[in-house]
Amino acid sequence: MKKENSRRSFIKNISLATFSALALSGCDMEAFDEFLQQNFRTLSKKEKDKIIKNLENKYKEKYGKEFHVSDKPAIEGTLFGYALDLSRCVGCRRCVYACVKENNQSREPQIHWIEVLQMEKEKGIDFAHSNAKYNPEKVPEKGYFYLPVQCQQCRNPQCVIVCPVKATWQEPDGIVVVDYNWCIGCRYCMAACPYGARHFNWGEPNVPVEEINSEMHYLGNRPRKKGVVEKCTFCIQRAREGKYPACVEICPVGARKFGNLLDPDSEIRYILENKRVLVLKQELNFQPKFYYFFGI
Amino acid sequence: MHNNIKIPVILMTLYIALFFGCNNKESDNNEIYKVNNKEEQNKKPYKAIEYAVEAPPFSDGTYPCTDCHANLAPNPERRELVEWHDDISAIFNHDSENRWCLDCHDLKNRDYLRLASGQLLDFKESYKLCGQCHGEKFRDWKVGVHGKRTGEWNGKKEYLLCVHCHNPHSPKFQELTPEPPPIAQEDIK
Repeated sequence: MKKENSRRSFIKNISLATFSALALSGCDMEAFDEFLQQNFRTLSKKEKDKIIKNLENKYKEKYGKEFHVSDKPAIEGTLFGYALDLSRCVGCRRCVYACVKENNQSREPQIHWIEVLQMEKEKGIDFAHSNAKYNPEKVPEKGYFYLPVQCQQCRNPQCVIVCPVKATWQEPDGIVVVDYNWCIGCRYCMAACPYGARHFNWGEPNVPVEEINSEMHYLGNRPRKKGVVEKCTFCIQRAREGKYPACVEICPVGARKFGNLLDPDSEIRYILENKRVLVLKQELNFQPKFYYFFGI
Repeated sequence: MHNNIKIPVILMTLYIALFFGCNNKESDNNEIYKVNNKEEQNKKPYKAIEYAVEAPPFSDGTYPCTDCHANLAPNPERRELVEWHDDISAIFNHDSENRWCLDCHDLKNRDYLRLASGQLLDFKESYKLCGQCHGEKFRDWKVGVHGKRTGEWNGKKEYLLCVHCHNPHSPKFQELTPEPPPIAQEDIK
């Protein structure tokens, strides 16, 4: 007996129909290319160059100015580390907004990669009783200290392990990055991160044209789209050019320190060797490369 | 009987050897945790003793001091300043019980600071003066841990002077107005 409506023929027909519809509608081929684009790590140099050129053109069309999208790989012999002086931070949130601006985070709906927690000195580091929405006239407030939290760039990152499509990974210089084109938006990584460092684009991200930062890295601050996860990359577009991250440069009290953990002369190594240092949620053994210390 | 004991022992030795063997191999492969370029490490461009600092933050029209002081007779007697620099007298809070102007400023040459040794010091090097008492902070500042550094993490850096953040006459760090708090999750549309 002949089977007219088999599953096989259904699938065959539907894919045929889709392709012909795409071809007929004259749908723009770039979007189609983008849809078929492979994971960033499997792309050849030639493919990367082409994709980046397309991106630069696309951004220019959308925002009306020149863009530079880099795909600079890790500098050999670097492992980035970060240290934050808890005895200095006054909770002014300058870092939060410098980060938003540098990394083209969505203004509406709002996304912040850095969250500053206010904690009672009497209780110590206590997330359950911390407050991120403090808003007094002046900071610091008496009896409180401030603990900014962002991606801790773990050596043992569970967000990477749980990703079902390998859209996020740790680069050789220790930065955990996301391929926004490969991310399927399942948010497993957000569930796996105990620091709340990953953020989801619930809506179409919105960055004012005049405020957009045109110096970009493919794995960093290029514009994201709705339905993908993003996170702090130690300002990969700056760090790999030898510059300090934006949060380090803005901090008015100099509480934020950044450098190469493999360089024995770096300030980060000095801190690890000479100051009292801690990492958050040490018991989880994620081994952050983001250290907190007491400078006094 | 003997054979029965030996076999598990041999097996275990093998397992242990395998386990450690593998571990060693892994760490060998893990090149990012190794510093391989020793020579390059040694030629650091920023290993200077003197520091690139921003210009001292003088109030408008106060420097050079000799513009006024050249015509004034120096008076080494400790007193409260009332006619001029009364704004500094009003805020002065830097061990004010024991110290006054001439502990840091030079009596004869007002355009310079003066170390405890009597050596004159340019305002651009005021960190040496502060470091006389605040040695621990000075040590941290020199390696870039106290205070802010801008520039390159692997190259040229710029320092701020102590006085860019701390008013030398009243050094407590001033309170700041915080930027707005994040929008509450329930208010995000």
